[in-house]
Amino acid sequence: MLLKALTEAFGPSGFEDEVRHLLREEVIPLADRVSTDALGSLIVEKNPDAEGSRVLFAAHMDEVGLMVVGIEDNGLLRFRPLGGVDPRILVAKPVRIGAERRYGVIGAKAIHLQQPEERTKPFEMQQLLIDIGANTREEAERLVEIGDPVVFATEYEEFGDRRAKAKSFDDRVGCAVLVELLKQPTTLPLTVAFTVQEETGLRGAGPVAYRTKPDLAMVVEGTVCFDVGEAKSHEQSTAQGAGPALSVVDGKTIANTKFREFIKSVADEEAIPWQYRRTVGGANDAGVIHLSEMGILTAAVSIPTRYIHAPAQVIHLDDYHNTIRLLSAVIERIEKGGHPIS
Amino acid sequence: MLYDQALLRRLTEVTGGSGDEGGARQVLIEVAQSLADEISVDHLGSVTMRKNGEGLGRHPRVMLSAHLDEITLMVKKIDSGGFLRLAQVGGFDPRTLPGQEVTVFGREPLLGVIASKPPHLSTPEERKHSQPLDELYVDLGLAEDRVRALVRVGDRLTVRRNTIDLAGGRMSGKAMDNRASVTALVICLEELCRLRFGADVYAVASAQEEIGAIGAMTAAFRIKPDLAIAIDVCHGEMPGVEKDRVVPLGKGPVVTLGPRIHPSLYRRLLDTAKRHRLPYQLGLSQGATGTDADTLQVVAMGIPTALVSIPLRYMHTSVETIVFSDVQNAGLLLAHLIADLNSEFVEGLTCY
Repeated sequence: MLLKALTEAFGPSGFEDEVRHLLREEVIPLADRVSTDALGSLIVEKNPDAEGSRVLFAAHMDEVGLMVVGIEDNGLLRFRPLGGVDPRILVAKPVRIGAERRYGVIGAKAIHLQQPEERTKPFEMQQLLIDIGANTREEAERLVEIGDPVVFATEYEEFGDRRAKAKSFDDRVGCAVLVELLKQPTTLPLTVAFTVQEETGLRGAGPVAYRTKPDLAMVVEGTVCFDVGEAKSHEQSTAQGAGPALSVVDGKTIANTKFREFIKSVADEEAIPWQYRRTVGGANDAGVIHLSEMGILTAAVSIPTRYIHAPAQVIHLDDYHNTIRLLSAVIERIEKGGHPIS
Repeated sequence: MLYDQALLRRLTEVTGGSGDEGGARQVLIEVAQSLADEISVDHLGSVTMRKNGEGLGRHPRVMLSAHLDEITLMVKKIDSGGFLRLAQVGGFDPRTLPGQEVTVFGREPLLGVIASKPPHLSTPEERKHSQPLDELYVDLGLAEDRVRALVRVGDRLTVRRNTIDLAGGRMSGKAMDNRASVTALVICLEELCRLRFGADVYAVASAQEEIGAIGAMTAAFRIKPDLAIAIDVCHGEMPGVEKDRVVPLGKGPVVTLGPRIHPSLYRRLLDTAKRHRLPYQLGLSQGATGTDADTLQVVAMGIPTALVSIPLRYMHTSVETIVFSDVQNAGLLLAHLIADLNSEFVEGLTCY
């Protein structure tokens, strides 16, 4: 199962190899040309020499994770985040480390041993250590290396009302959407890019845009969703099950209005639910793609993801399927001569 | 050894909260069938596995007590939107809960996630705040009417955790406190199948320790043993904790000395460990041990009581970590103590 395989694959920013390998196997039968660039992004082309609008779809392969930066005398590992991680969600979680995917756990001082004032303060990153079962620095050095990347040890599972939880829906759900789009026959010169290093500063997508020089670009993301508990409506960003979310403005991009209206009109005609992404913070690969060279017409379409950047992220499978339906309809519309600027 | 890591894994992955120990009890009873002469469950839910000694006349009665229950959470309220507010049964550190997967034992077991606000939305002030339990809630991914149909206030939930093998024989998971000791009980019974002994052994997996060592009290009153040994976990060494409050993992079970521990029984445990070349460590207590031993000592006319502990890191989190050799050595120490007992020693326990 694609979502399971992709979300369980190991790929923090800069260490996307396993994800790239998995995607390459998936897309080779679906593409005319498959290549990688200098940073490691995977570029998949269909009908590269055909006439028509050159369309780029992009989703990032990398996930937020950690990196081992030191080994203590007692064999415990020091780490720092790769991408935006709130240390409060790391406490008492299992992780997997390095090439061997070795298990470790992030422990916490027993509540019995804490002073009352300690209990009201969150654990800070530097208080947290990974325990791999080594008793000494030497033992640990035989099992892991400084610089080893680390990911959450979460399995993909479906639950509740058409929900799924996994690590790394941000943005493996986008990667899965793009694989599904590649399965659809098209006559357009279509490029699908699986980019690297989005979580550490949108690094991979810019070179991809420069190289592929699309007329139109669409970024597919797992985006912030906090439609839970007592969250105020302006904090929710998106609502689960309400359809793919169209970006208006985020930390890096003011989305092109006409392109958004074009996607909305396709959704409405196909009776596919959609919503706006209703926060202005955060960013995605659109932030660099739309500024490539003389500027590229770019839109961002996202799947609402609860507990994004945490070990157990949650999506609604209807949102996933509706995103595939919507983007598939957008491709067909462009194929028939439709264009956002017309 | 028949009962190994696989048993501990099985016992830790099932659920058994205080007063609701059924999941763990079922596994234990199944496993202990072939090892005990009689298995009984008392009114509070403690399991007693009796193994009879050889010989004529009155047999000394030895009680072993390892609590079966684990800390769990309880549904306190179903909020609008179907989110579950939480109470605790046993002492959680709420800081270990955000982002955890849980199983809610409603009309059917339900997977849920304890919500955490993404860093994209939280303010710097919020990130300096540790959320107390009453700010946390569970997302079941279900509409409110479905939640209300499936979950009731009072339903239990546990953190969902597969037990993980780390390097060096270390195992990490939930409920190592105290299924590690329950596993040691089983190892002891299994070893007793190979040894000759004259005492009647009552190996008790006691209920409701985490809310005040309740089950051990009623079980001891029923058994009225000549001596009792509590088996529990103790704090393993970790950074940020003074060395004198913790012991290393993997260096053997801990035998405790202190006012609540019978001095001759304590010495007997040390002598047994030395005679059988079993590793052990010394634990010091100046009063409450925070285990069944505290209760056992004062049941009925008072019981000579000792404490054997398994070192454990990250207690009351869902990544409680132990070294399996400590569990095995605790089981063997108990078995040899029992096999080496004689009536003279047992009668001497009340003579000061």
